[in-house]
Amino acid sequence: MNPRRKKRLTIILSVLIGLSVVAGLVLYALSQNIDLFFKPSEIHQGKEDTGLKAQLGQRIRIGGLVVPGSVKRDESSLKVSFKLADMRMPIAFNDADPMVTVKYDGILPDLFREGQGIVANGVLAEGFIIEASEVLAKHDENYMPKELAEDAGKAHTKPSY
Amino acid sequence: MWKWLHPYANPEITYHFTGKLTPWFTWLSIILLAIGLTWALLFAPADYQQGESFRIFYIHVPAAILSMSIYVGMAIAAFSGLVWQLKLADASAAALAPVGAVFTAIALITGAAWGKPMWGTWWIWDARLTSELILLFLYLGVIALHNAFEDKALAGKAAGILAIVGVINIPIIKYSVEWWNTLHQGATVSKFGKPAMSADMYWPFLFCFFGFAFFVAAVTCLRFKTEILSRNSMRPWVKALVKEEIK
Repeated sequence: MNPRRKKRLTIILSVLIGLSVVAGLVLYALSQNIDLFFKPSEIHQGKEDTGLKAQLGQRIRIGGLVVPGSVKRDESSLKVSFKLADMRMPIAFNDADPMVTVKYDGILPDLFREGQGIVANGVLAEGFIIEASEVLAKHDENYMPKELAEDAGKAHTKPSY
Repeated sequence: MWKWLHPYANPEITYHFTGKLTPWFTWLSIILLAIGLTWALLFAPADYQQGESFRIFYIHVPAAILSMSIYVGMAIAAFSGLVWQLKLADASAAALAPVGAVFTAIALITGAAWGKPMWGTWWIWDARLTSELILLFLYLGVIALHNAFEDKALAGKAAGILAIVGVINIPIIKYSVEWWNTLHQGATVSKFGKPAMSADMYWPFLFCFFGFAFFVAAVTCLRFKTEILSRNSMRPWVKALVKEEIK
């Protein structure tokens, strides 16, 4: 390789390596802010890596699995409340898990159901309660035809809450 | 290998070589997309939770994967253009940029259309969506720089630097769903390991993916030929070619 090309190659490679290091450091420094949501256990104990805790009255997003049997609907309005637990594989629920109660007044998304992952945006209140203003369903990466899901024993009908 | 590659630094030889490839890519793409899209949109089974809406997967995922692959291809072309000062490498980077931008836009728009009924929102500033939006802006920047200078060599250099710097965004898009908590789900299909969907949903996806990939190849060949012609418009071989066309 002739010296001029070699020089250009070294310049470009060193700029690229330098920039990747900078980007890596920036992302590392921002990592807690890039997370879209808190997990329920992080509301109880603080963020996993930084120990950062959400303050009362702070506007946060919370993400977790809807605990089966915890969804309570108000008879006369759209008000609904449910409990969230940490997402983990394989999916399992335990009464001792740290949980957060979400209170919401509005229409739930199509994919909302018990055992499904959701992300709620709201204000943290006393007693691990979130007064949510927005509830979004988080879908997982698994796709399955109905027949297979029935074989696997998965509920596929949309329950009416 | 260098000996074998050398003739392709000549625009005329590359122009005719690309011209020979184009019909192959076009026909492969038409056949694969016809089979793949019919199979995917009409015959593949509906998802047990999302129902029919999941079919947008067959356009969204190929578009998203290709938007990143095209970028990597464009950056490699820009890199060789900068280091070895190959004019054709710059021309191919310029040919790829708008194709990539369109596929990024398709990925973003189909994603939003799926997100509204499934998640409950068109858009959310999570790591995956934001980094893909940045990819669109990078493409637009590269296109703008290619057109900002009269001198094509200078334009290639400026756009090339932006394209190479932007490569940092690619691993961020790819791993955003693993590094951070995002609303966007993890990868369903990957090169390694079993896809997280059943075989009768996965096969039509493969047809669609390769159909769109050959579509990109065909469109890029056409654009590449046009770039070569416009950059060499003063050369005798181009003039001879045009005279042939007019006759």
